[in-house]
Amino acid sequence: MTTLVVSSIGPASSVQDGGRFGAQRYGLTPSGAMDKLSLAAANSLVGNELMAAAIEIGPFGATFTAKGGAVRLALAGAPRPADVAKRAVEINTSVTLADGEMLTLGFARGGSFSYLAIEGGIAGEPMFDSLSVNARAGLGSPYPRPLQAGDVFDVQPASGAPDMRIDLPKPSGAIRVVMGPQDDEFSDEMKALFLGSDWTISATSDRMGYRLEGPPLRHLHGHNIVSDGTVDGSIQVPGNGAPIVLMSDRGTSGGYPKIATVITADFGRLAQTQAGTPFRFKAVTMAEAQAELRRYKDLLRGLPGRVSEIVTNEFDIDALFTANVAGHAVSATDVTTWLGVTPD
Amino acid sequence: MADPFPSPRLLPSGDSAVTVEFSRTIDETANRRVLALDHALAAAAIDGITETVPTYRSLLVHYDPCVIDHDALGTRLLALSAGTLAPDSEVRRWRVPVCYGGEHGIDLEDVAKALALTPDEVVARHVAGTYRVAMIGFTPGWSYLSGLDPTLQMSRRHNPRLLTPPGIVAIGGIQTGIQCLAGPCGWHLLGRTAMRTFQLHRAPTFLLEPGDEVSFTAVDVKTFAEQERAAEGGELIAERIAP
Repeated sequence: MTTLVVSSIGPASSVQDGGRFGAQRYGLTPSGAMDKLSLAAANSLVGNELMAAAIEIGPFGATFTAKGGAVRLALAGAPRPADVAKRAVEINTSVTLADGEMLTLGFARGGSFSYLAIEGGIAGEPMFDSLSVNARAGLGSPYPRPLQAGDVFDVQPASGAPDMRIDLPKPSGAIRVVMGPQDDEFSDEMKALFLGSDWTISATSDRMGYRLEGPPLRHLHGHNIVSDGTVDGSIQVPGNGAPIVLMSDRGTSGGYPKIATVITADFGRLAQTQAGTPFRFKAVTMAEAQAELRRYKDLLRGLPGRVSEIVTNEFDIDALFTANVAGHAVSATDVTTWLGVTPD
Repeated sequence: MADPFPSPRLLPSGDSAVTVEFSRTIDETANRRVLALDHALAAAAIDGITETVPTYRSLLVHYDPCVIDHDALGTRLLALSAGTLAPDSEVRRWRVPVCYGGEHGIDLEDVAKALALTPDEVVARHVAGTYRVAMIGFTPGWSYLSGLDPTLQMSRRHNPRLLTPPGIVAIGGIQTGIQCLAGPCGWHLLGRTAMRTFQLHRAPTFLLEPGDEVSFTAVDVKTFAEQERAAEGGELIAERIAP
């Protein structure tokens, strides 16, 4: 039996996939990866379904060990130092651990969540077609809770495919929102303050909600509304005026006015924004938001086409000697001669 | 015939959901219109609608804008909302056993004191009510019930408890409710039920539906303990009395 063992892991790491849908009417939140583009990128690298379950790793470090055979993995999302037996592993690449080898991940840099996909996926018992962990409800598989050292995943033996890399766009700029559904609970002045201010994510944030620090927003008619449905990216403003962006483990309903909603295409980017890093919101129309959603889905669907083999820059001595036989003029600047392959 | 009700407001909730708002307050008619639209949407099976979430006063409709256009969906939602209330004929009715007071209802005495009633009177009034599941939300199975006797209304606790046991039956404001999982709660705990509104590996996983009717019956501590054991084995505990 080939397994991947969690040798050490920080808090806030769990199995997540595309999410659990169909029971929000019963109070069951979708959960799912905080950054679905990075989840899909990791899965693409090892040939899995885009929204297959992977290990979502929070800001802290972790180590994983292959036991009983080689295991092929891929890492995407927040950049962080990573190595296997002192060989550096880049973000957005796949790597194969030989039996007994350990992947060591350091702290996240420039993001919050990394995704470790396992070739062949994670074996578990789905509920509502999902393995995603919802710690509060005790749901998720194979472990219905955040991961701990000693947890073991039964995995498929590595196929022997070469190391791969994936090119991803690097979007930047303001986090786009559609105003509402309760923006009429705020004055024009407050809406301008919301859109015109720098915000930072508080260190007390988690998968349920990101608490924002910035100028307090005042309500027109008080901060209580009769509970109303929520979506990923709903921006609630409670009584203290500090907005909370509802994230993947949100409650399915909430009783504070929602000034705006983060668009789907920017949700993962907000999820990856580190505590203390200032950012702004920008309002877009429904038509713009939905056009962005179509582009985002096209990007997701196109991820497998962005995967390519890693070309190492080591000299292939055999290729060199084979090519450099008597009578052949060999250009020292022709890369194909040196590498024996055509670089991308 | 003219629509006897005003049109609901359509409020965008991001790029993939729309809130159909019938009222801004807790309102019996609005809730029945929410549930009527929910039933109508289920029957219409409109391509692109992925999920609906009924609340006291609004229906949140999740949709895929790559399948159905926002404006086209809005037109359908307004048409299906016109002039209908949820029918009473097929409402499921449940009788739910509750162990009131003592260690299972630690706020009963304080509630009675605050309302100038005896604990027995509070229980009698709570048991006498017929409640509708107005919405389920916040955490799996947390059922918000409308229809609380106005003499039992009282504001929520000043300091919400961070952890209450599973199965609590509580009152807060003009509502009563059943919480399935252990969790935080700002309401006043009158008792506990062994019925689980949400239980993995049981069919059905979720017992109550928005629109169902619930009444309570009082049981003693010993019966509650027996029912707890039976619930662990997958028994529903709640008795379905209609239809």
